[in-house]
Amino acid sequence: MQKKFDRGLERTRWLAGITVFAVLGLVGLLANPYVISLMTIVLLFTFLGQSWNLMLGIGGQLSIGHALFVGLGAYSVGVLYVKYGISPWVGLLTGMILAGSVGASIAWLSFRFEVRGIYFALLTIAAAEFARIMFSGWEFVGAMQGLFFAAPTGGIEISMLRGDARFYYFVALALAALGIIGTEFISRSYLGYVWRAMRDDESAARALGVRTFQHKILVISLSAATAAAGGGVLALVQGSIFPDSIMGMGLSVDVLIGPVVGGLGTTFGPLVGSLAAIPLNHLMSALGDSLRIPGLNNITYGVVLISVIWFLPDGIWPAIVRLCKAIQGPPTAWLWQSRKVEE
Amino acid sequence: MLSLWLNVLASGILLGLVYGLVALGLTIIFGVMRVVNFAHGEMVVFGVYIGYWTVRLWNVPIIVAAAIAAVVMFAFGYLLEALIVKRFVNRPHHYQFIVFIGLSLLFSGTLLVAFGPDPRPTASQLSFQTVSLGLVTLDLARVQAAATAGLLIALLGAYLKFSPFGRSLRAAADNRLGGLIVGLNIPRVYAVTFGIGAACAGVAGALISPLFDAQPYLAVDFTLLAFVTVIVGGLGSFGGALLGGLVIGVAEAIAALMFTPSMKTALPYALLIIILVFRPRGFFGAKEI
Repeated sequence: MQKKFDRGLERTRWLAGITVFAVLGLVGLLANPYVISLMTIVLLFTFLGQSWNLMLGIGGQLSIGHALFVGLGAYSVGVLYVKYGISPWVGLLTGMILAGSVGASIAWLSFRFEVRGIYFALLTIAAAEFARIMFSGWEFVGAMQGLFFAAPTGGIEISMLRGDARFYYFVALALAALGIIGTEFISRSYLGYVWRAMRDDESAARALGVRTFQHKILVISLSAATAAAGGGVLALVQGSIFPDSIMGMGLSVDVLIGPVVGGLGTTFGPLVGSLAAIPLNHLMSALGDSLRIPGLNNITYGVVLISVIWFLPDGIWPAIVRLCKAIQGPPTAWLWQSRKVEE
Repeated sequence: MLSLWLNVLASGILLGLVYGLVALGLTIIFGVMRVVNFAHGEMVVFGVYIGYWTVRLWNVPIIVAAAIAAVVMFAFGYLLEALIVKRFVNRPHHYQFIVFIGLSLLFSGTLLVAFGPDPRPTASQLSFQTVSLGLVTLDLARVQAAATAGLLIALLGAYLKFSPFGRSLRAAADNRLGGLIVGLNIPRVYAVTFGIGAACAGVAGALISPLFDAQPYLAVDFTLLAFVTVIVGGLGSFGGALLGGLVIGVAEAIAALMFTPSMKTALPYALLIIILVFRPRGFFGAKEI
């Protein structure tokens, strides 16, 4: 979300965006399998972070139960594909519709009765936990044993969305790009202005004639539907679905770490945040495993979250932007930023 | 049949009193500081570990362990508020939430590093003793935990109602600015409030250590349980926390009897969703959030 849309800045933004994605594309072509699989997760969580960001950063509604929507997407893809052999494309669409309607009904129920702020956040947790427990006990979807996708045969099938790790990397990259372009597009559209107005002051927005009730439902169902799309792809990438990992509190926290660390409400924030946080988490769990210290990654995550809010309350990305503006003029600054992202 | 139901009800009520104490800690912190302590479950688990270690090292009764937990957790909460939470009290809710998620990750990670993931049962002398009252047979550890929790809730209520500090605490809860104007030491009130909240969680944890094995992963469940309890009763309400605890305790016990174990864990959430939808502020919720 940019305060000014002047033309020079506009061009450098595009340039920076294209450079970042060109570099990420090169990574997909050249990097080794470990980096590919790690970066696939980073990009997927960039997309999920965008979806969460849409809800809080632009819509002003805090969700701590995004795992519910992610899980619904994952299960739609999983159940349709594993049980009936139906293409994951159909599963993704089903999941998006399902999660969108669940999101809309949660929003409708709570805003109808003026449940908001912290109570709404708690309601999202309750809904997610309730769903997790239900799915853990539901034999049809594999209960606690989970659902497993057959191992990919090797060939790339676009129609079934199946392929090797590199294929999924590019799927994730496309999703992340879509997320960033979509966020940019939404935040400049009529809806973006309305939602930000609503976020900043709901009563004022309503006084100006914004139907905040409808708009809140819309932003939440849109966020839920996109989260479900991310969840469906996440399930395909992981090759298995377990209720505790795809619908648990842990996933909801993972989803929000990217945007919070990167910068709430910003377009590039979730990407920067995921790039910073997820490899760190992987490194720390690997370190914890090899030193036999379980919980090391939790400690690191906790410290990172607290220090980001403490020292950089609006996240890493706005801090980078400020730094660049302070050091140099805009154009070179933007190039410098894209190099920063590449690291 | 009747005796089975009575037993289930009684054990639900007993555990409900302890849940009430946990919820009371959360509700006091929220009521005064308008901060939702997302790391509350971790504080309960700290209490469980304090119970486990004191009983294991010195073989003392659980009551003594609870007293130690109260002192330790009060100091812990006080310091946590004074060092970290203080800086975030005036921030928007979602920032606070993220800080507390960070704290809860930090605490559960620390517990994992310190004690490992394996469950540790507390070998209390009370573990297998029971008392019989007519049709009802109760497990002594549970009776003791509930009695202590009930007593503490009453004492704390009286303290907040009648003592000078309790009055200033309630004043700060009612109107922070007004409190500042009449010369209340708000930072100290906040730190003590957080200490009391943490102590409630810690004592409850120590009291239930004979009933639950000490394990870091318990924390998430306790946090969510405390939220459910508090919301059922109404965030920021003293009586609400107690009532919520009893409702959840009894509901859980009945669900465990009538449905499968997974339904037992799902029931509080279902209850929460129903209550939030029909009575968003809980039974005795604060008018303003």
